[in-house]
Amino acid sequence: MTTPLTLPPKKDPQKRTTVPVLPPVARSRAALGLGVMAAQGRFGLQACSECAAIQYPPRDACVKCISEDLVWRDVDPAGTVMAETTIRVSPEPYFRERMPWRMGAVQLAVGPTLNCHLHGEVGRGDAVRMALKLDKAGQGVLIALPLKGSEVMQDDPVLRAMSCDPKHRRILISDARAPMALALTRALLSAGAAHVFLGEAEAWLAWPERAEFEGMENVSILPLDVTDVSSVAKLAAEIGGKIDILINTASYVRMGGIMDNDTSFASNSFEVNALGLMRLAQGFGRTMSGRVQDGINSAAAFVNILSVRALSPDANYGAFGASQAAARSISQSLRAEFQGSGMRMMNVYIGPVEGDAWFQPLPPPKVTPNTIARSVVSGLVDGLEEVTCGDIARDVYARWQADALLLEREMTGGGS
Amino acid sequence: MTRLPYDGVVLTAPVSVPYVRYTNESAHWWIARALRETLKKASVTPQELDGLSVSSFTLAPDTPVGLTQHLGISPRWLDTVPMGGASGVAAMRRAARAVQCGDVDIVACVAGDTNRIDSFRNLLSAFSRFSMDATFPYGFGGPNASFALLQDAYCHTYGATREDFGKIAVSQRANALHNPQAIMKKPLSLAQYMDGRMISDPISLFDCVMPCAGSEAFVMMREEMAVAKGLPYARISATIERTNAFPDDPIQLRGGWAVDIDELWGMAGYGPEAIDVLQTYDDYPVICMMQFEDLGFCAKGEGGEFVRRHDLTIGGGFPHNTSGGQLSVGQAGAAGGYLGLVEAIRQVTGTAGPTQVEGAKRAAVSGFGVINYDRGLCSAAAVIEGAGR
Repeated sequence: MTTPLTLPPKKDPQKRTTVPVLPPVARSRAALGLGVMAAQGRFGLQACSECAAIQYPPRDACVKCISEDLVWRDVDPAGTVMAETTIRVSPEPYFRERMPWRMGAVQLAVGPTLNCHLHGEVGRGDAVRMALKLDKAGQGVLIALPLKGSEVMQDDPVLRAMSCDPKHRRILISDARAPMALALTRALLSAGAAHVFLGEAEAWLAWPERAEFEGMENVSILPLDVTDVSSVAKLAAEIGGKIDILINTASYVRMGGIMDNDTSFASNSFEVNALGLMRLAQGFGRTMSGRVQDGINSAAAFVNILSVRALSPDANYGAFGASQAAARSISQSLRAEFQGSGMRMMNVYIGPVEGDAWFQPLPPPKVTPNTIARSVVSGLVDGLEEVTCGDIARDVYARWQADALLLEREMTGGGS
Repeated sequence: MTRLPYDGVVLTAPVSVPYVRYTNESAHWWIARALRETLKKASVTPQELDGLSVSSFTLAPDTPVGLTQHLGISPRWLDTVPMGGASGVAAMRRAARAVQCGDVDIVACVAGDTNRIDSFRNLLSAFSRFSMDATFPYGFGGPNASFALLQDAYCHTYGATREDFGKIAVSQRANALHNPQAIMKKPLSLAQYMDGRMISDPISLFDCVMPCAGSEAFVMMREEMAVAKGLPYARISATIERTNAFPDDPIQLRGGWAVDIDELWGMAGYGPEAIDVLQTYDDYPVICMMQFEDLGFCAKGEGGEFVRRHDLTIGGGFPHNTSGGQLSVGQAGAAGGYLGLVEAIRQVTGTAGPTQVEGAKRAAVSGFGVINYDRGLCSAAAVIEGAGR
């Protein structure tokens, strides 16, 4: 039922690029919770703390007992499509450009009726699983998905617009020397990426892994130094118009706390980890934002791979943690700037990487390059904004969400 | 507890200001026009008017309070009824009690809205919090899509066909051809209806109303005053009203009338068989069919069969939406919630002119309004009887 997407022909440079228009953006404060869930790939709704009733649409008091104590929690996504319609007329420009548009009413097994988007493989009477996805407006929206979809279900146009699927897209990885770059390249190509470009700083410095890339099809290594404005600008001028996904892997790690550390290490950490991201955004962000609705291989996402120390520092990596926190802050500002275009900003939080010499003294568990590659690709396919990868990152992120102040004490004061 | 009858209070001076597709005039202008005409018809001066009930979606930033200063009137009783398609009956039943109890002598009930280019889209965007959060982000089909879901479920459950809905639309168009104020002036055949392009499946072109600008009004006063002024008037036999009925129904296949229907006919003292003319709220034919069932004209699920067995035109055995309804007259915002009631007053007072059903004495009117999220929340109905001609 889903028509597989084919690689589009080379773009006619004389053709006008479709200007991104957004689906409706306005939401109540309560409804923003849908986006919080969607950003993490969770399916959750409000539940009443007193009577446990599941609520929808999001509200400020319980529909069964009027208690105002409603909490967001993960709920069973099973439902049944009760009715469907195919909208052929809409006054809203975003949908007008995409007519016809199917939507339906799903009764969720746990209670409420959900008006939602319908995946092309589901219709009235079908058992479905509901998912929350971020739409082009960056808001969490509901889509009914098949229980067991076809192999190409991701190619459904409604779902594709909510994902940043690498299939047929052209990707720039900012640092080819990063420990996860090779695994990431392989994972992206096997997910259908049309081409992977990798940035290489200081090309005169030999590095053994380079040979692995050289034999690969649809892979190019190009000069890029994220600490150098003109290097970023030069590459952006060359390939910026055909980058659909940018993955920032550049990272500078040195051990050391605050009082006894060399500030030049700290300075390098900020130059690469924080300002490198800012330079990439300045070089590529604007062009990509203008190409978000440019057909099958439209621009889709900026990905920043962050240490989970961005959320809570490890005293042994004080300056590094500070640069990661700065990088995360830049990510968030960038996410806000991308809001008007539909570009997604995805943060992937990782722990110490297996094989990274700068984390050598740390005990396991460490996260492997393959795990990072898998998380990045599945995060893109699912259209997420916040991804945790590996045991340490998942653990720290969960504790930070639950209680950031307690986490700080746990990091320094034991707590066993 | 038995409800008090509406003794001694009457409806008079029904007015429909001709609708237009687009206008530059404001809601204030449209309301003023209807108010002026209804007062003139009722032989009441603006200075004598001491009660006002207003329904409008497009008065912002004003409320009816601002409207009083705008129009220079000093009511001692002021009401605003935000119940969309149920506004007419709801405004009437509130005003009736106020007049009956002497809180006020004369109430003008008015509904009106403007329609500028693109104002329908803007109106929809800000319609309700739940629709903003949970309906419009899904294709922004507006009410067409919401009712399409209801109709899809209704047809699937009860087996009504497109032809059945078509017959309602076609009959109303036939009625509208007698109404010089109807926006739709061309005849409509069932074949044309069936050929109408899909708007939001299964809702097709001729299932939809045309958003436009316009206003409707009537006056309520004590019966002796109407007699003294020599006005034709109608009495209220029964009313019901319900908001957010059946919240646990997963999808709307019935409206709030089904909760209160026994009370309506109990208060009237007779049943649906005694009704000469029926005015239902017709933003879509499927809602008319739901009203036939929920008001007791036929059993639940038999709406399609009922339509097949009856002639719904002015001269037919079951005259329904005799002015042409919103489907053919147009939908002027909140005035759509008055259109049926105003036409019913004309019918039972024998003043409907070219749309007059011969000998119509008893009319049932029902309203339905406000798709806040996935269903219409407001329902109301009334039975009125002609008197004092």
